[in-house]
Amino acid sequence: MNIRRRTFISYLASGAGIIFTGVGGLLKPILAFADRNVDAFNAETQSDALAVFFPGLEVTPSDAISIGVHDLVENGAVVPIKVNTDLPNVVSITILVEKNPNPLIANFNLTPACAGFVATRIKVGEPSNITAVVKSNDKLFSTTKFVEVVEGGCG
Amino acid sequence: MATGIRIRTSTKDELTTVQAILKHPMDTGNSRDPETGNMIPAFFIETVTIHHGDAVIMTCDWSRAVSKNPYLSFSFTGAKKGDTVRISWQDSSGNTESKEAVIQ
Repeated sequence: MNIRRRTFISYLASGAGIIFTGVGGLLKPILAFADRNVDAFNAETQSDALAVFFPGLEVTPSDAISIGVHDLVENGAVVPIKVNTDLPNVVSITILVEKNPNPLIANFNLTPACAGFVATRIKVGEPSNITAVVKSNDKLFSTTKFVEVVEGGCG
Repeated sequence: MATGIRIRTSTKDELTTVQAILKHPMDTGNSRDPETGNMIPAFFIETVTIHHGDAVIMTCDWSRAVSKNPYLSFSFTGAKKGDTVRISWQDSSGNTESKEAVIQ
């Protein structure tokens, strides 16, 4: 009787092991989020945000990046923006709005499978320069475009 | 909170373009509830991860200044029709949501 009981318990234990591995496997893709650079997102000027987000790297203006955004935007809460780049080995594309309370808006980390392109919609609080920073071959390149906003979108 | 992820894909000349809308209020923390007059606390998607099959092809870090119900589009190579692309997000309150779509 006792042996049977032991066997039963050992079955239980191995069963539990399988269930836990199963749950762990399911959770893995959800937990694979990158660490967030909170200080850079909280920075209040564009130069601070860049210095914290890309420590020790200088930004060089480049013609190989284009920002697709309207010159005049009526509603600053929804500003469609596209960034395209021909630069090789793009590691990240970062969008900053100079006059927003926190200029760092969005960062996209790309892998070699990705084309040098992202599009999204952002909030722009007041007329401001919008800068796209591309990290390529461990160097930073940028392009800036001014956007006129009729009604600010940070409310 | 109404949530949801809508994904649309198209493949042309080996380049797959993904367009997605992630339903989320993206509250900045600067606005008031029009009915109660109370401040609405900041509540927004912080990170987005995109998988092609099992491989991570892109991650995004967002601030509260990405518009409400964020739109995201990007392109990548190496996918065949029938592969899957998965978009997962996590917001500032720790909520997560994930959706998989079959590449067209």
